[in-house]
Amino acid sequence: MSSLLDSLNPAPRTDAIACAERAEIDRSLRAPVLLFFVSGIAWLLLGSLLGLLSAVKMSMPHFLDSADWLTFGRVRPAHLNTVIYGWASSVGIGVGIWLMGRLCRVALRHRGLLIAAGIIWNMGVAAGTIGILAGQSRSIEWLEFPGWATPVLFIAYALIGVWGVIMFRFRQPGHVYVSQWYLLAAFLWFPWLYATANVLLIWHPVQGSVVGAVNWWYGHNVLGLWFTPIGLASAYYMIPKVLGRPVHSYYLSMLGFWSLALFYSWNGMHHLIGGPFPAWMISASVVASVMMFIPVITVAINHHMTMRGHFDYLKWSPTLRFTVLGAMTYTAVSFQGSLMAIPSLNAITHFTDYTIGHAHLGLYGFFTMTMFGAMYYIVPRLVGWEWPSARMIRWHFWLSASGIALMFAALTLGGFLQGLELNDPEVSFITSVQIVAPFRVVRTFAGILLMAAHLVFAVLFIRMLLRHGERREGPTLLANPASPEVSTPAV
Amino acid sequence: MNRLPLLFIGILIVFSTSWLGLVAYPYLKLGHLQPVHTAKNGEQPAPLSPAALAGHNVYAANGCIYCHSQQVRPAWLSTDIEKGWGPRQTVARDYIWERPPFLGTMRSGPDLSNIGVRQPSTAWNYEHLYEPDIVTPGSIMPAFRFLFRVQPIRGQGSPDALIIRGPDAPPAGYEVVPTEEAKDLVAYLLSLKRNYPLPEAGGKSP
Repeated sequence: MSSLLDSLNPAPRTDAIACAERAEIDRSLRAPVLLFFVSGIAWLLLGSLLGLLSAVKMSMPHFLDSADWLTFGRVRPAHLNTVIYGWASSVGIGVGIWLMGRLCRVALRHRGLLIAAGIIWNMGVAAGTIGILAGQSRSIEWLEFPGWATPVLFIAYALIGVWGVIMFRFRQPGHVYVSQWYLLAAFLWFPWLYATANVLLIWHPVQGSVVGAVNWWYGHNVLGLWFTPIGLASAYYMIPKVLGRPVHSYYLSMLGFWSLALFYSWNGMHHLIGGPFPAWMISASVVASVMMFIPVITVAINHHMTMRGHFDYLKWSPTLRFTVLGAMTYTAVSFQGSLMAIPSLNAITHFTDYTIGHAHLGLYGFFTMTMFGAMYYIVPRLVGWEWPSARMIRWHFWLSASGIALMFAALTLGGFLQGLELNDPEVSFITSVQIVAPFRVVRTFAGILLMAAHLVFAVLFIRMLLRHGERREGPTLLANPASPEVSTPAV
Repeated sequence: MNRLPLLFIGILIVFSTSWLGLVAYPYLKLGHLQPVHTAKNGEQPAPLSPAALAGHNVYAANGCIYCHSQQVRPAWLSTDIEKGWGPRQTVARDYIWERPPFLGTMRSGPDLSNIGVRQPSTAWNYEHLYEPDIVTPGSIMPAFRFLFRVQPIRGQGSPDALIIRGPDAPPAGYEVVPTEEAKDLVAYLLSLKRNYPLPEAGGKSP
């Protein structure tokens, strides 16, 4: 029984040896993880700026339109690729490696190689982004980086992924925690995805509509089998860790993991409903998308039952506030995704801003929020310093949360109206453009809120690295806890 | 779940089902389609001309795909055909000459599956790319002026020069001419006519 309990708890031991061991692991991970975090935040700022520029251009088409590299069709994919590969993947790798180290209880050896991998990864993202802006994109969504930049990313990734798997191989004996399943799976799935997509789409392009199938098998799986497992691994770690209580159910964890692996991997074709493909492929993806209710509800119950009776922690723990909002958004965005795959609804929302709203809710509301939460937990342990300003954390939270909520609301409502007009054969095409126009202005305003949130976070992060302010006794909290015993170091 | 080999193999096997179904299967089934030969119309779809192929690259480089789809969905699912995007649904064979095809996921702008049928005029397409608002008022398409040159008029002037009046007109003594890239792009756009009959596509022939 005690061994089963161990498997539910991310780190049950609190004795002095365990503390020293954790400090040793954190020291070994410090440089590479911080490298991924710092470069990730830099890409987040650039990516947000590119996104904002794209948003403005949809309302003011003549804004900055004289140079070819600033045209909408180049800035928009540059936005997507910098936030996907520059921000989300970098921070995900940083969080993933740190969680692997802590959960496997092994210090990182030969960290020079991991640092080199981080530098190569960033060079690849920079080269690819320049390639897109210079007009080298092949216009395959999520894979716009030119063929001479993607191998750089793959080499960097190979070094990182091998490290994750080796860490797992040399883990200390004991139970394997649910976060480790997700991380191991993500580290194995990503290279398979990326290699397949690169070979079949860029280096040896396949014929015609096969490109579409491979493209969305890749695009959707990057979300579902790379970002989602990392986000869930982090939530599965942070929630019980901050609360100091085990995850609700081992069996639900297991069901959630395997059903995600099976159903999510088949989702891709729901991006091409009505497209030039055999009907069974589309049907399989529609069914798999609806079946996603199983892993999503399972994980939601598991997280909710773990949180139950402890929601007051959201008032003072920055880690938990970001992570729980992210986890709740995961449930919401997945429900929405399942419904969007139903053909009659898809016929309206497909090809509209509604889809853009869904994508941002997933990658920002769920993944990015979860990663912010993880960073609020991890960075103090790497830097040996507490966050210098609770006020800045609050600003960061409320700007991010209100920005994504407003963006989602504007794109969802505007996109739905746009879809109704697009499907009405009686009205001219331009009606669909006009009806969504005011919502696009609101979206741009929401983008400004997000940009502001990221600037606040970037400044706070720099202050943290410089160890600004006075040394604090306990962790930086957003409010004073109601009961004194919660102010353990694990917040 | 502590047995590493089981976890490892499970992770890979479950994932490989989708790889077989959504990657390997379409590659084997759709990856080697041939055009249809008819005595009356020759090869259908017809291969792209060299200029249209070069224009395909210009289309990719400037990200037209982020606003324009190129797929007509079937009538049981959508109103695409009634809306005028094409006389029939598009099928896999329509895209065999394009690597990659630009199926697209957005319609911030109109579908372009049959733009060569709807707007067959070269001059219209040049003007539209130079300043979309002139020919389609209210358009939010960016102007692609970097695909054109403004040059002094010599002699009779260039035969390709755009006829532009109003505030977007070039200064007196100057003319706007398309660059090679603009010519290729328009050649590609004019080639987009997915209205020929195909046995698997159904629908009306033109």
